[in-house]
Amino acid sequence: MEQSSLTNFREKAKLLDAEAIRRTLVRIAHEIIEHNRGTEHLALIGIRTRGSVLSKRLATEIEAIEGRPLPVGALDITLYRDDLSRIAPNPILHATEIPFDITDLRLVLVDDVLFTGRTVRAALDALIDLGRPLAIQLAVLVDRGHRELPIRADYVGKNIPTHLKERVEVRLQEIDGKDEVVIEESV
Amino acid sequence: MADAAVVTGGTTQTTQWTKKDLLGLRELSPEEIRLLLATAESFREVSLRPIKKVPALRGKTVVNLFFEPSTRTRTSFELAAKRLSADIVNITTSSSSITKGETILDTVRNLEALKVDIVVIRHPAAGVPHAIAKRVFASVINAGDGAHEHPTQALLDLLTIQEKKSRIEGLNVSIVGDIAHSRVARSNIWGLTKLGAHVLVCGPPTLIPPKIEELGVRATFDVREAIQETDVLMLLRIQHERQEAPLVPSLREYRLRYGIDRERLKLATRELLIMHPGPINRGVELDSSVADGPHSVILDQVTNGLAVRMAVLYLVSGAARVVEEDMYESS
Repeated sequence: MEQSSLTNFREKAKLLDAEAIRRTLVRIAHEIIEHNRGTEHLALIGIRTRGSVLSKRLATEIEAIEGRPLPVGALDITLYRDDLSRIAPNPILHATEIPFDITDLRLVLVDDVLFTGRTVRAALDALIDLGRPLAIQLAVLVDRGHRELPIRADYVGKNIPTHLKERVEVRLQEIDGKDEVVIEESV
Repeated sequence: MADAAVVTGGTTQTTQWTKKDLLGLRELSPEEIRLLLATAESFREVSLRPIKKVPALRGKTVVNLFFEPSTRTRTSFELAAKRLSADIVNITTSSSSITKGETILDTVRNLEALKVDIVVIRHPAAGVPHAIAKRVFASVINAGDGAHEHPTQALLDLLTIQEKKSRIEGLNVSIVGDIAHSRVARSNIWGLTKLGAHVLVCGPPTLIPPKIEELGVRATFDVREAIQETDVLMLLRIQHERQEAPLVPSLREYRLRYGIDRERLKLATRELLIMHPGPINRGVELDSSVADGPHSVILDQVTNGLAVRMAVLYLVSGAARVVEEDMYESS
């Protein structure tokens, strides 16, 4: 989960540029299709906000390969955070938009960065409240390590060893005006 | 489309909610009102789920402290709290120690000693929630104080207008009825004018307070003016219980002059919404053919009320911690 901090950060290195992000998503799309032997009963669920953008791009890639669209939903995990009673004021809430029944579907949960695993834990709880999927898999653009819960990703764009004090920033065209993944250190 | 909403949401919603209490719309900035509406919009989806419950307020306790009869508002707050996983206790005047002469402040302090987090208060006297909010740590939500304010009602009205008309700014909104005794009218006037709507209040001269124009609205005694060119027609109930002397000759007379029926609605020049905070006096301010007609969004108001109250409970519970931390730090 994001931590709002007053410390300043400085870019240390660029990990992925726009072209690398595109290639990574194409590869993950192929992996998802291969692993699930097609796209039947498959749906993508993006975690707001950047995971949701990535899930739409993945859906486009998968449709380009398989020739048929698949359902895509957006999940807001704010109400399921385990630190809600510790942070103040409460974070801004966005709507969960999953316009289909997830029961008996294979879901691929999509997020930008896998870090402590707490966001994914919240997302799993949120999804289970919406129905009983056949299976839930996890796709992330970046896995930066430092897990605090027993959670791992099924599809990983890039594994990046990081220091706890560093920050991984995923920027996407739809939100940030450009595509890149950078690592930042505190100054 | 959804993304555009998120992106604009991310850029415009820089305001954070830092108020422990929700006492009225008068005290709120337009940004705070928009944040409340955006949060409520996000909560609407929760009530459409098979499992209508989220864990956000798990372990919190909410008390409904009602010194006036209420079904709609009390039930709405109760369901909102339950859908957020909070525990809720209902206290009504008839069954409480108030009848034994305990002061309201003592009642609330006793509730606080029981570690209650949020107190929802409805009281016939204006200003009671404000007075209590200043003296307790718990969050106080005004569920209606006399003829003063009823903020969650106005917020659900704003949410309904925004949902149906996609905007509030620039719309013509007419409020017809007992403006003088209506907290709903007062809260709506604050909210609507802050968000840029043009408000016209209408009713018999005895029910329009003098100098109401100072609140930034226009006033008329002619209901035809309120119907023509309006986008929203908001009807209020004639409040027998809040009038000391009869201010209208009879309900029949009121109906003849101000009641909205299908015939009168033909004066409308715009596609308007019919709104009413309930309970409706059918056949007085509003004819059944209109209340149940195609323009009526009265039941949408009720649905949105639940989302609004979930949003208010969620936001004040987060802000209460900010206030508490500040108090600890300064002590």
